[in-house]
Amino acid sequence: MDSFLSLKGIEKRFGAYVAVHDINLDIAQGEFVAIMGPSGCGKTTTLRIIAGLEQPSAGEIRMRGEPVTNRKPWERDSPLVWQSLALFPFLSVRKNVEFGLKMRRVPAAERRRRAMHWLERLGIAEFAERDVSQLSGGQRQRVALARALVTEPEILLLDEPLSALDAHLVVRMQAELTRLHRELGITFLYVTHSQSEAFAMASRVVIMNRGAIEQVGPAKQVYRQPASRFVAEFVGTNNILGGRVERVADGHAVVATPVGPLRAALRPEQRPAAGDPVHYVVSADSITLSAGANGEADNVVEATMVSEQFVGSVVTVYAETAGGEEFRVQASQNELAGIDLVPGGALHLTWRAESAYLLPSG
Amino acid sequence: MTGERAVRAALWLYVLAVFAFILAPIATSFVVSFNVDRFPTLPLGGFSLRWYEDMMGDPTVLPAFRNTIIAGVTVAVISTFLGFTAAYTDYRYRFFGKSVYLALALLPPTIPVIILGLAMLIFLSRVSLFGQLHSVIIAHVVICLPFAMALIRLRLSQMDPSLEAAAWNLGAGEWRTMRGVILPFTMPAILSALFITMAVSFDEYAIAWFVSGFSETLPVRILAMLQGRVSPRINAIGSIVFTISITLVILAQVILLLRLPSRGQTDDG
Repeated sequence: MDSFLSLKGIEKRFGAYVAVHDINLDIAQGEFVAIMGPSGCGKTTTLRIIAGLEQPSAGEIRMRGEPVTNRKPWERDSPLVWQSLALFPFLSVRKNVEFGLKMRRVPAAERRRRAMHWLERLGIAEFAERDVSQLSGGQRQRVALARALVTEPEILLLDEPLSALDAHLVVRMQAELTRLHRELGITFLYVTHSQSEAFAMASRVVIMNRGAIEQVGPAKQVYRQPASRFVAEFVGTNNILGGRVERVADGHAVVATPVGPLRAALRPEQRPAAGDPVHYVVSADSITLSAGANGEADNVVEATMVSEQFVGSVVTVYAETAGGEEFRVQASQNELAGIDLVPGGALHLTWRAESAYLLPSG
Repeated sequence: MTGERAVRAALWLYVLAVFAFILAPIATSFVVSFNVDRFPTLPLGGFSLRWYEDMMGDPTVLPAFRNTIIAGVTVAVISTFLGFTAAYTDYRYRFFGKSVYLALALLPPTIPVIILGLAMLIFLSRVSLFGQLHSVIIAHVVICLPFAMALIRLRLSQMDPSLEAAAWNLGAGEWRTMRGVILPFTMPAILSALFITMAVSFDEYAIAWFVSGFSETLPVRILAMLQGRVSPRINAIGSIVFTISITLVILAQVILLLRLPSRGQTDDG
């Protein structure tokens, strides 16, 4: 991959506290990459290091092959859309957008023209002469985007830019960001704690935890094949059971778990031996629910229903086995139509071996 | 219902009484300054600008007034500038001994003025800066700086911490960020600090009395006149000094409270 932005062995310490360590990441030109992780995982620090707002304690950053590690933030061209937006409250909307051009000593007439062009493109030209404080959240968001894009950078950094918006606005802004990214063809690096944002927009997802990268890959791959227990817990809704490999045959493994032996398909590179401790993972939306025994299946677990939770058309059912293991199952209303869901009622949980996978334990 | 209303009325009366108590002496002096009589008696003798004319005729008043204005303006500019730099240092940097630095910077108003005045007198005479107008200026900067710093520090604390970094991120170096972001944002506090420090310097007499020598400021002159004989001219001078001070303080408050309009605040160049 011809890398546009490359991070090599980046580490940042604040005194004794290690904020990020051993960050290695290559991003191609025009990619939309999301860095995702729980708060305090170092994702924002990584972004600030790329923008030059933090000096890494070790490691190197290259852009287009050129080392930029020691460049001051104002000597770089990597505008950031801030979580707080950080619009200048004492400037009008247009002056906010013009700021970056003014700093590059673009003449006033051209500044104005280019700022207006971006305000029009983002549909907020009518507010050009207003005070920032007179705008709604969504409009302010657009001002922040226009201000960052007006200098026509090759990369745009976004730090949880949608976290302050209402849910319906978030969806609209996601569509807008996706469209902008497609039209501009520049690199977007998007930091978020929300998987729905990351998976909706990014072509590649970086999962961070405790200052280190846990997994990098296309959204689907990270979702379907988490590389570690942390990713499996953080991404999607997975059921994770501890166990030991009982036997291995035909690319499948049988794992002894607290709910009995369970089968999982192995990935080509996985070669567990009998007796190895593993995590057995099956995602909540791969499990089929039925009231009684449902013919032959790779895996069958009997449980009793505990509760259900509606989120729109998707229902999450919580069930518990006799041994006290909890399972989460996600299904659509249609799939559950024939089943009488009452707390305490008996349920059969079935799933195919191909829907489950193993993660090394420890 | 009526009980509640009675309580409200009582509270209003109480507030009015407090203000009356605070302002009555000043108001009296104000009214008496326009009274024709030599001694304040009731009923008032009649309206007259006699004491104002008399005051203007006193050869010592005008130079003192001029000294006060020069000192006030200079003190305001110097202490606001130093107050800004001190507040910005506190906002921007973390360093060893910062709490000591802050405590020292904010210390002067807590020292009794008599002690401060005496200390200033001893120090300034040792370094041969005593008895001039600039002695008053130096001494007043010491007591005014903490006010300016406190006001500007408060404003900086209201600033989105990302704002400065956002300017850097958009290509503004540190000086241009200072000019284009920090200064415009803190401008209300800076103007406010200018007026407040000017008012403090304008009113201050104890330290000025110690260090001014023959370059008397107006409050020092009033004190000297009082010690000599009680003349209704004092009321006239007092009214003018009070009017100027209260105007400065009100201006400072208005500027702090008004939201600044977005345009016209920053240079276009």
